[in-house]
Amino acid sequence: MVRMPRFVPTLDRKLLRDLWEMKGQALAIAAVVAAGVTMFVTYLSNFASLQQTRAEYYDTARFADVFASLTRAPSSVRLRLEAIPGVERVMTRVVADVTLDVPGMAEPATGRLVSLPDAGRPALNDLFLRRGRWIDPNRPDEVLASEMFCEAHGFGPGDRVAALINGRRRWLTIVGVALSPEYVFAIRPGELFPDKRRFGIFWMSGAALAPAFDMEGGFNDVSMALGRGASEPDVIEQVDRVLAPYGGLGAVPQRQQLSGWTLENELAQLQMFGFITPLIFLGVATFILNVALTRALTLQRSQIAALKALGYANTTIAWHYIKWGLVIAACGALLGIAGGAWLGSGMIALYNQYFRFPVLYYRMSTDVAVASLFGALTVAALGAWSAVHRAVRIPPADAMRPEAPALYHQRLFEKSLRLPIASRMVLRNLERQPMRSMVSVLGIAFAVAVLFVGLSFIDVMNLLVNQQFELATRQDATVSFAAPRSARAVHDVQHMPGALDFEPMRTVPVRLRSGARTRTLAISGLPEHPSLNRLVTRAGDALEVPPEGLVLSQMLGDILAVGPGSTVQVSVLEGRRQVLDVPVRMLVDDSLGLQAYMRQDALHRLLGEGGTISGAAITLDPAQTEAFYSAVKTMPAVAGVALREMTLRNFRETIDQTMKLQIFFNVLFAGVIAFGVVYNSARVSLSERSHELASLRVLGFTRGEISFILLGELAVLTVVSLPVGAAIGYGLGQLIMAGFNNEMYRLSFVVSSATMARAFLVVIVAAALSGLLVRRRLDRLDLVAVLKGRE
Amino acid sequence: MYASAQNATGHPTSEPVFIARGLRKVYVMGEVRVEALRGVDFELYEGEFIVLLGPSGSGKSTLLNILGGLDVPTSGSVVYKDHNLTAAGEAALTQYRRSHVGFVFQFYNLIPSLTARENVALVTELTPGSMTPEDALGLVGLSPRLDHFPAQLSGGEQQRVAIARAIAKRPDVLLCDEPTGALDITTGAVVLDAITRVNRDLGTATVVITHNAAIAGLADRVVRLADGHVVSVERNTTKLTVGELQW
Ligand SMILES: Nc1ncnc2c1ncn2[C@@H]1O[C@H](COP(=O)(O)OP(=O)(O)OP(=O)(O)O)[C@@H](O)[C@H]1O
Ligand SMILES: [Mg+2]
Repeated sequence: MVRMPRFVPTLDRKLLRDLWEMKGQALAIAAVVAAGVTMFVTYLSNFASLQQTRAEYYDTARFADVFASLTRAPSSVRLRLEAIPGVERVMTRVVADVTLDVPGMAEPATGRLVSLPDAGRPALNDLFLRRGRWIDPNRPDEVLASEMFCEAHGFGPGDRVAALINGRRRWLTIVGVALSPEYVFAIRPGELFPDKRRFGIFWMSGAALAPAFDMEGGFNDVSMALGRGASEPDVIEQVDRVLAPYGGLGAVPQRQQLSGWTLENELAQLQMFGFITPLIFLGVATFILNVALTRALTLQRSQIAALKALGYANTTIAWHYIKWGLVIAACGALLGIAGGAWLGSGMIALYNQYFRFPVLYYRMSTDVAVASLFGALTVAALGAWSAVHRAVRIPPADAMRPEAPALYHQRLFEKSLRLPIASRMVLRNLERQPMRSMVSVLGIAFAVAVLFVGLSFIDVMNLLVNQQFELATRQDATVSFAAPRSARAVHDVQHMPGALDFEPMRTVPVRLRSGARTRTLAISGLPEHPSLNRLVTRAGDALEVPPEGLVLSQMLGDILAVGPGSTVQVSVLEGRRQVLDVPVRMLVDDSLGLQAYMRQDALHRLLGEGGTISGAAITLDPAQTEAFYSAVKTMPAVAGVALREMTLRNFRETIDQTMKLQIFFNVLFAGVIAFGVVYNSARVSLSERSHELASLRVLGFTRGEISFILLGELAVLTVVSLPVGAAIGYGLGQLIMAGFNNEMYRLSFVVSSATMARAFLVVIVAAALSGLLVRRRLDRLDLVAVLKGRE
Repeated sequence: MYASAQNATGHPTSEPVFIARGLRKVYVMGEVRVEALRGVDFELYEGEFIVLLGPSGSGKSTLLNILGGLDVPTSGSVVYKDHNLTAAGEAALTQYRRSHVGFVFQFYNLIPSLTARENVALVTELTPGSMTPEDALGLVGLSPRLDHFPAQLSGGEQQRVAIARAIAKRPDVLLCDEPTGALDITTGAVVLDAITRVNRDLGTATVVITHNAAIAGLADRVVRLADGHVVSVERNTTKLTVGELQW
C-alpha cells in the first residue's frame, strides 16, 4: 500500500488507495478517454494549424478574391474591370494547358503554363520561391515549376521538360521551384486525387507565352482583389457582363476556386471529424466509467454505510466517488493531449504531401488542450454521477445489510440439455443480471462499432473507385481538347494507335442559375446508349439519360434548390453564349462532384451546333498503350489526357499514405476500447464473485474450472456483442458519412465481409488478452484472505 | 408511567438522552409486511449502560438504527435531548450522527484501504473537538498497531479500531450492534472492556445489543425485546465488571 504525506485528507487517501487497488481498470478507462482526447486534439489542432496557415498564406501572397477565365480579351478590357465598383486590383494573365513530354515517363502529362508579369512580382497570387531563382524575362525558355511536380520527378533548377505547344515541342528549362496560393492543392479539374507526376504548373514570361497562344496584347485569365465591404456577387455579375463578349467562363469567388474549394472542404471535414470521432470515444468512456464505478460502488456498499454512520454527508460521499472518475479522466486527458500533440504533428506532415504551403506549422493550441481536458472531466463527472447518485441514496440502514441476494432460476432447457454444473453457473449468472450483461455487451459492441467505422474507409473508397472506373467511366483514356472541335476530329482520335472502342464527348462550360443561386460548371453530353461514360447512381445502377432536359447531381440540385420539373437558367460560356431556360428532368443520387448531364443530341440541339466534340473516351489495346501515349504527346489541340491506370495507381498510393496511418490508429483505439471494456467486466465479476469462486476452490474445483465459470461468461458476452456492434457500427458509419459528405463526395457507407471479419478478430483478440490477464489474477486468488473477509 | 417511575427512583439526577414513544417500523416487501417494531417505548439516561437482548428478528437492530439516525420509524417519536429525530430530514440526521453518535457494528465496517489510524482520522477530521486518533486507539489498547490495515488485524483488533473510531469524537451516545458477535470469548472480553471503560470514564450513554445474556451483567438496565415489543426492563442491582462475568 502507498504511504502518503500527512497533509493528504483521510478520505483522499482512501481515494488514492482504492484507485491503486483497481489500477488495471482505472488504466483501461483512462486509455479509452486518452484515445478520444488524442483524436480530438489531433484533428482539431490540425484544423487550427491549417486554418491559420491558410489565412496567413492567403494574406501574404495576396491571394485574389475573384477569378475568371475567358477565351481572349484585348488588354484594354482590363481598365473596364478595374472600373467595377469594389474591385481594388486586377491582374490579367495568359494561362494555357498543354501536353507535356517528361523525360523518363512514357505517359503524357498535363502542364499548365501561367504567364508572369514582364517586370517585378505578380500583383496578386504571388509566388513563393522555394529553390533556384526568378526567371530572366529575356530568356523565353525559363520557367518556375510547381514544387510537387518537381518532387515527383526529382527535378530541380537546370532540369528540362518538353511542352507540346501548337503541335511543336518546346523545351522549358526549370530555373526555380515555386509555390502559389492558387495551387495549394494542385489537381487537374475532373480528377479525383492530385496526380503529382502528371500535373505540373509552370510560370513563365508573358512575352514568351503570349505569342504561342495568340495572346499578344490580350489575356485569357483574370484575378481580382476586392476592397473592404465590396459585394462579391455584384462584382461577379459585372465581371461576367464585361467578359461575356470575350468568351468569359464565369467568374468564381475564392471559395469556389478549385484549390480554395478543396481546402475549404478538407477543413470542414477535419473539424467535423474532430468532433464526431472523439465524441464516440468519450461516450464509450463515460459508459464504461459508469459501469465500472457502479460495480465498484456495489462492492463498497458497506463502506458507504459506515461513512454515513460516522456522519459523512451524502454530498461528501458522492463527491468522494465522483473524484474517482475525475482523477481517471484527468489522467486520460493528459495522456491524450500529449498523444494528440504528437500524432497531430505527424498528421500535419501528411497534409504537407497534398497541400503545399511555404511553411505548414503545427500549432498545438491551448484552447484545444483546455477544451479536451474539460470535455473529459465533464464526461467523467456525468458517468460517475449517475452511478454515485444511486449508491449514495440508499438509506444507511439498508446499505449496512449486504444487497439482497439475486433470485436464481432453474430453466427447463438446462435440465433437458444436461449441462455440466459449471456451464449452468455461467448461464445463470448471465441471466440473473440481464441488465448488467446487456451493459457489458453494449460496451464491447462499441469497440466493434469503432472498428467498423475505422476500417470501412477502405471499403468506401474502393466502392467509389469501383463505381467511378468500372461502372461510370469505363474508358482507359479520356482525351480532352483545348477547344471544341468539329465532328471530323473524331477521325483523328479513332485512328490513334491502340484505340479500340471510342465514344465522342461533349462538355460545355455553363453557369447554372436558379433565383439568386448559381454555380459555374460543365454540362456533360452523354450518348443515347453510352458504353463508356455512363450515368450511375450511388447504388451502382446505370440510368438512362432522358431525351431532353438536364440531369443534375442530387447535391447540385440542393445547392440550386431545384428538382425534377423546375427550370434552371443556363448561360452557355462558349460559342454563341446563349442564355436558355432548361428544364430539370431528374436528380441523380451520384457519388462524386457536382455534375450536370444531358443527352448529347439534345445538347447539340440546344446549342444549335452539329456534331461538335470537346473530347473522347477511348478503350485501349493493352499491348499498344506505349504507342498511344507517344501519339497523344504529339497530337495538337489536346489539353490533357486522363488515364485510368494512372488514376487508379495514384489512388492506391494516396490511400496507402493517408489512410493506413489513420486506420492503424483506429484499430489501436478500438482495441483499447475492447480491451478496456472486457477487462473491466472481468475484473468486476472477479471481485464480486471471488468469495463464491474461492468457496468452489475450497470444495475442490480446479483453477481451470473456476476460470471457466468466470471467463465463459465473458466469452458469451463477447460473442453476443459482435452482431450488436456490427449494427451500431453501421449506424455510426452512416452518421459519419453524412458528416464526411460534402460538395466533393457523396459516399455510401459500406463494410466488406473482410473488414467485418477483421473487426471481429481484433475484438476477440483484445477480449482474449484481457481474459488472460484476469485468469492470471484468478490463479493467484488468495483463498484464506477471500474467505476471511465478509464481502 | 413506568419510565418516569424509573426516572424518579433510578436516576434522580440524570436527564434522559433518548425518549422513544410508540415506535413502529413496518417493512413492506411486495405483498409481505414485516412489523419489526410494534410500539416500542424506550429511554436512555445520561451515562447509562443498557444491554438490549432478544431473539433474532425481534427488532433490536431496527431500534438501534432508528436511535442512531440511520433509519426512521414508520410511526412514533424519538427525541434525542432537544432534537426530534422523527421530524429531522436527511441533512439534519447526518449532522446528528456526526456530532453525537458513535456506532460499533458486528462486522466492524472499517474502510479496508485505510490504516487503523486513518480509519479513526476519518472521524476526527470530520468532528471538531475530537481526540487524536492516537489517543482514541490508545484507549482501546491499540497503540502498537496504528499503521496496520484492517486486513492485517485480527477480528478483535478490528473491532477495537471500530470502537476507537466510534468514541474518538467523544460522542454523547455509543450504539453497539453485537460488537462481540463475531469474536471469541477472550477477544470479546477485551472489546467489552473497552466499551465499558468508555462508558465509565467518559460518561458516554451506551446501548449494546447482544445475544449473549451473560453480558447483561455489565448493564445498568437490561431491556428485552421480542417480536417487536419490549417485554421486560430489569435494573441490575450490582453492576459487574468484565472480569466478573460468568461466560
Ligand atoms: N430492510 C428490511 N426489509 C424487510 N424486512 C426487514 C428489513 N430489515 C429488517 N427486517 C425485518 O425486521 C425484523 C427485525 O429485524 P432486526 O434486524 O431489527 O432484527 P434483530 O433483532 O436485530 O435480529 P438479529 O438478532 O438477527 O440481528 C426481522 O424480521 C427482519 O427480517
Ligand atoms: Mg441485528
